[in-house]
Amino acid sequence: MKKIYTRPKSLKRTPFHYCPGCGHSITHKIMTELIDEMNLQDKTIGIPPPGCSVFAYNYFDIDMAESAHGRGAAVATGLKRAYPEAIVFTYQGDGDLAAIGTAETIHAANRGENITAIFINNAVYGMTGGQMAPTTLLSQKTTTTPYGRDDKIEGYPIKMSEILALVKGSAYIERVAVNSPANIIKAKKAIRKAFQVQIDCLGFSMVEILSPCPTNWKMSPVESWKWIDEVMVKEFPLGVIKDITGKKDAG
Amino acid sequence: MAKVLMNGNSAIGEAAIRAGCQCYFGYPITPQNELTEYMATHLSRKKGCTFIQAESEISAINMVYGASLAGVRAMTSSSSPGISLKQEGISYLAACELPAVIVNMTRGGPGLGSISAAQSDYFQATRGGGHGDYRTIVLAPSSVQELADLTYKAFDLSDKYRVPLVILGDGMLGQMIEPVEFSYEAPKELIIRNNALRGAKGRTSRIVKTFTSNPATVEEINWSLFRRYQLIKQEEVAWDTFMVEDAQLIVVAFGIAARIAKGAIKSARIEGMKVGMLRPITLWPFPAEKVREVANRTNYFLVFEMNMGQMIEDVQLALEGAGEVSFYGRTGGVIPTPNEVLRVISRLYYQKGLK
Repeated sequence: MKKIYTRPKSLKRTPFHYCPGCGHSITHKIMTELIDEMNLQDKTIGIPPPGCSVFAYNYFDIDMAESAHGRGAAVATGLKRAYPEAIVFTYQGDGDLAAIGTAETIHAANRGENITAIFINNAVYGMTGGQMAPTTLLSQKTTTTPYGRDDKIEGYPIKMSEILALVKGSAYIERVAVNSPANIIKAKKAIRKAFQVQIDCLGFSMVEILSPCPTNWKMSPVESWKWIDEVMVKEFPLGVIKDITGKKDAG
Repeated sequence: MAKVLMNGNSAIGEAAIRAGCQCYFGYPITPQNELTEYMATHLSRKKGCTFIQAESEISAINMVYGASLAGVRAMTSSSSPGISLKQEGISYLAACELPAVIVNMTRGGPGLGSISAAQSDYFQATRGGGHGDYRTIVLAPSSVQELADLTYKAFDLSDKYRVPLVILGDGMLGQMIEPVEFSYEAPKELIIRNNALRGAKGRTSRIVKTFTSNPATVEEINWSLFRRYQLIKQEEVAWDTFMVEDAQLIVVAFGIAARIAKGAIKSARIEGMKVGMLRPITLWPFPAEKVREVANRTNYFLVFEMNMGQMIEDVQLALEGAGEVSFYGRTGGVIPTPNEVLRVISRLYYQKGLK
C-alpha cells in the first residue's frame, strides 16, 4: 500500500508537551516537513528561545542551541557568520522578538544577515502565565492588563513585520496564521520561501505566525482559531509584507 | 619576528589573530577602542573571518556565543560598563560549556565612572559576574608583551576547559605603547571544532542547552562545572614574584598596579628596605598556595590595588589569619605614582619595626 502520510523524518518521536490547540505543534510539524522536503536536515541549525518553545529541541531532529531571551538574532548572526554553510533559523515569541530582543532583531535585519526568523505572535507571554506581550491587542485582558490593554498606559500592539519591512537589509517578510487548514498551507509556503531566500543569500527573512494560545486566551481551541480570524488579523493583516525576490509564490 | 612598538589594545588584536581568532564582535567604549579598530582593519578582510560592530555589548557577546557554537575561536572586548552588559551572555557561555575570550580594559566605576584606568572589576571578574554558580578563568597581564602572550594563552585555556575566559586589563595597559614581539602560531587543528554545531551530517543531532524542567539535572550541570573548576585550580594557577627571597614585606598586586609597585619596590630596595612582590597572573584561580608559601618567610603583606580593596579578600582567605595584611588603593581612575606607593611601603616598614 502506498504511504501517503507519515511523521516527518526531522520530527522526533516525542509527544508534544504543548497545550491542546497550541500553534507551536502545528508550526513545528510544517517546519520539519519542509526541512525534509528541502533536504536540509543535516545543515539546519535552530535557535529556540526561552518560553514554551524552549523545548523545540526535543522535537526537531536537527542541531539546536538555546539562546538567552531576545538574543536569538545575535546568536544566529554569530553562528551563520562563523559557518555560512549552515541554514540558521531563530524561533522566537512576541516577547522575545518584539520586546526584549527588538534591538538584536532590527539590526540583524538591517545588516541583511542571511538568517530566518520564525516569529510566533500569540499576543501574550505564554510560559510565564499569560502576561501582556508587546503584541497584545488594545482592550485585550492579560494577567498584567487585567482591565484590558489601554493605549494611554501600555501603548499599542507593535507591528514588527511592518517595522522590519522598512529596514533595507530585510529580503522577505510575510505574516501568516496557523488557524485553519488553508492558512496552515499558506504558512508552510511562506516558511519554504523564507528558507529559500536564505539559501539564495538574499538577506534577512522572517515569517510572522499568528498562533493560537487557548490556555492563556482562556478559550477553547475552536474559539481561539475564530478569534484569530475575527479579531487578531484586523490588527495584524495577513499577507506578504516585503519580498525583494520578485517571485510571487515560490511554494 | 622583531619587536614592534604597539599600544596594548592593538597588541591584543594582533595576538588574537595569530591565535586563530576568526570572529570578533565589539561595541565602541573607551578605553579599548584601539582593539575594536584593529580588528576592523586586520580581521575583517581575512578569509573566513568576521568582524561586526554590534548594536550593543549584549548583542556582541551573544554573537560570540553563536560563533563559539559553530566551533571557531571568537572574542569580544569592552570596558567596565560594557562588561556589565555582557554578563548575561557570559553566564550562558559558562552554562553551555562554550569557549570564548572576553577582554575587559577596566575603567573607573561604578556607573559611567571615568575613562581612566582602574581595577575595580576584580570581584565581577573573579566571582563569575553573571547569574548562577560559575567561574571564568581570569588572566591579569601587566605589560604590552604580556597582553599578547596571555591572549594566546587565553584561547588555549578557554578551548581546553571549555569555559569563558576574561582578560582583565585596564585603560592604562590598553593605551600605553611598548615594544612587543609576536611569536605564537595557532595549532593547525583547534579542539574547539570538536563539539561544533554544524548540522547533523553523519551523526545524530546535537543540542546545546541548559534549561530543563528537572532541577536535579541542572544541579548535575553545576557539579560537572565544579569538577572542572577544581581541575583548573590544580593545573592552571600562575603568578610571578619579584625579590621575595629575603623580603620582610610582600606587596601583592596585579596588572598595572604591579607595574607601579615594582617601581616603588626598586626604590625601597635602594633605601635598604627588604620588600618583594607577589603578582598573581591568574586572578581566578587565585594563587592562594603561593601566598601561604610566601607567608612562611614573612608575616607582613601590603595589598595594593586600583580599587577600594577587592583582591585583598582573596589574600586574607589564602592566609587564613597567618599574616598581617595592610591595604593601599586608589580608585575611580586615579593612577597612583611609584613614589606614592613607596611612601606607603616606608611608613608600613618602619611602623612594623622591620629591618
